[in-house]
Amino acid sequence: MTALDTASASTPTRERPRRTWVGVLVGVLLVVLAGLSLFVGVSDVSPVAVLTGGPGSDAAFLLGVSRIPRTVAVVLVGASLGIAGLIMQMLVRNKFVEPGTTGVSEFATLGMLVTIVFFPGMAVVGKMGVAAVFGLVGTWVFLQVVKAVPVRQLVLVPLVGIMLGGVVGAVTVFFAYRLDLLQSLGQWSQGSFATVMQGRYEFVWIAGVMVGVAWLAADRFSVIGLGEEFATNLGLDYRRVVAVGMVIIAVITAAVLVTAGLIPFLGLVVPNVVSLVIGDNVRRAIPWVAGLGAVFVLGCDVLARVVRFPYEIPLSVVVGVLGAALFLWLLLRRRSRAH
Amino acid sequence: MITLEGVTKRYDGQTVVDDVTIGLGGDGVTALIGPNGAGKSTLFGLVGRLLHPDAGRITVDGMDVARTPSNQLATTLAVLRQDNHVAARLTVHDLVEFGRFPHSRGRLTVHDREHVERALSYLDLDPFRSRFLDELSGGQRQRAFIAMVLAQDTKYVLLDEPLNNLDLRHMTEIMRLVRRMADELGKRVVTVLHDVNFAATYADRMVAMRDGRVVADAPARDVMRPEVLEAVYDTAVDVREIDGKPVALYYG
Ligand SMILES: Nc1ncnc2c1ncn2[C@@H]1O[C@H](COP(=O)(O)OP(=O)(O)OP(=O)(O)O)[C@@H](O)[C@H]1O
Ligand SMILES: [Mg+2]
Repeated sequence: MTALDTASASTPTRERPRRTWVGVLVGVLLVVLAGLSLFVGVSDVSPVAVLTGGPGSDAAFLLGVSRIPRTVAVVLVGASLGIAGLIMQMLVRNKFVEPGTTGVSEFATLGMLVTIVFFPGMAVVGKMGVAAVFGLVGTWVFLQVVKAVPVRQLVLVPLVGIMLGGVVGAVTVFFAYRLDLLQSLGQWSQGSFATVMQGRYEFVWIAGVMVGVAWLAADRFSVIGLGEEFATNLGLDYRRVVAVGMVIIAVITAAVLVTAGLIPFLGLVVPNVVSLVIGDNVRRAIPWVAGLGAVFVLGCDVLARVVRFPYEIPLSVVVGVLGAALFLWLLLRRRSRAH
Repeated sequence: MITLEGVTKRYDGQTVVDDVTIGLGGDGVTALIGPNGAGKSTLFGLVGRLLHPDAGRITVDGMDVARTPSNQLATTLAVLRQDNHVAARLTVHDLVEFGRFPHSRGRLTVHDREHVERALSYLDLDPFRSRFLDELSGGQRQRAFIAMVLAQDTKYVLLDEPLNNLDLRHMTEIMRLVRRMADELGKRVVTVLHDVNFAATYADRMVAMRDGRVVADAPARDVMRPEVLEAVYDTAVDVREIDGKPVALYYG
């Protein structure tokens, strides 16, 4: 169609501005915040103290046992929650879903309660497994509900999910109350990294592995995001890819739950911000979502440690406030663009 | 060939494709015409394994659609549906690259990229390649979808109302492209069209459906007759000869 040159001239080429500087910014923030996270806290762990004290010093000990594990956990949790949100948004084809708005987190929490009641002595990895299975059931239930109630309106889908989560959450609280386990429940429903230390956080690496799996299957998730018909036409086994996605979501949710507890909004806000900047091609978005998710939680965690120094406020409070504000902004932005 | 044998599809007892036996995808371009609700899109859905027939068998070059691995079919047959809503924010270039998925499984080779580039320039999409789909007009988006299917580089290409949303010039351009795909690239194109004049001008063969059945199947010139078109559409159609070509007049 060479005859069309004249017409194309009237629609000037608009090159997408390069986004490299944003990537550099995220990278720099990641390093700076990770550094801060290592050296901010009640005890004096400064680079100077570590270096002058040598490997046997208190500072070095604290760094190895508490600060490094905490920082690693924060980074992995932030990255993997962002990815869980991204994958879920591709599966449901809705920008407003994440484990926390679809009942998946509530199902996983119920799973944790079940382990305490029936298998109190179970190892953490077992608890996580049970929570993951419950999370998987939750994802499945949500997908069934969305299919059965074909809601056309974008914001109704997460509302359905939040209602589902509300019901499951209420059931969980009811049994926890009856069995006098509300306190244990509170441990997970409020996300915090205060108790993370060597020997008690390693399961979060499983969430990290899931990020890797998501990256490997990135193009498949992009194609799934085009919808079942496009995916089938391109020869993809739609159901299988959805199943893999569900497992990724459930395992990440469970791993984060046993390590740090529930952290709201992150899986929602981070992929949406990335989508605005570079779009939804999963292969391209994954490093961004992971990086930005890590930066977001790192920032919130450092903030949670310093606002009432020397006390620590729950991370979920900081994330909740910042995340809710960002979420509202995204919603309003979308509203103003509505056709 | 795409062969349908006794294919039937029902929705809640209503038969929308009724015992259809036909071979599609011979050399050149085939136009599928028929009134709204005739079952054209359903037929495409069945061939493209997006729907499952209640009875009958469909094969593509001997491969049973119900049993052949989906990714194998995807290198032979591409279907573009009538209404395409893509919620994901993808660029035109991304979308066309996904057309190569059946060949590359995501790892694009130089050869894949050539196909992508060719499809983009065939559809006149170079100026829009880095635009997000939600930043395009309806017609530009339609062209992006067609480019994706073209990049898939299959022997059979099924297009459901590809002229949707296109302006006069781009309608003609797309039909010429369809013709070129058949003539230069040897593709077998089957396309649903509502404009019988476009169908008669660019297609070698016209198949008409009505109430789930094939009611006419002949070279374009033989379908372009008042009595045939009236039987298909239930409305008076005048056919005149202009410059040696039959032209249907149905503007009242
Ligand atoms: N999912 C469905 N459930 C119930 N009925 C359906 C469904 N999809 C299509 N139909 C019905 O099947 C019939 C054929 O539909 P189809 O989309 O194949 O028509 P079409 O020939 O493509 O029409 P158009 O020219 O309007 O696109 C219609 O009567 C339609 O109402
Ligand atoms: Mg149709």
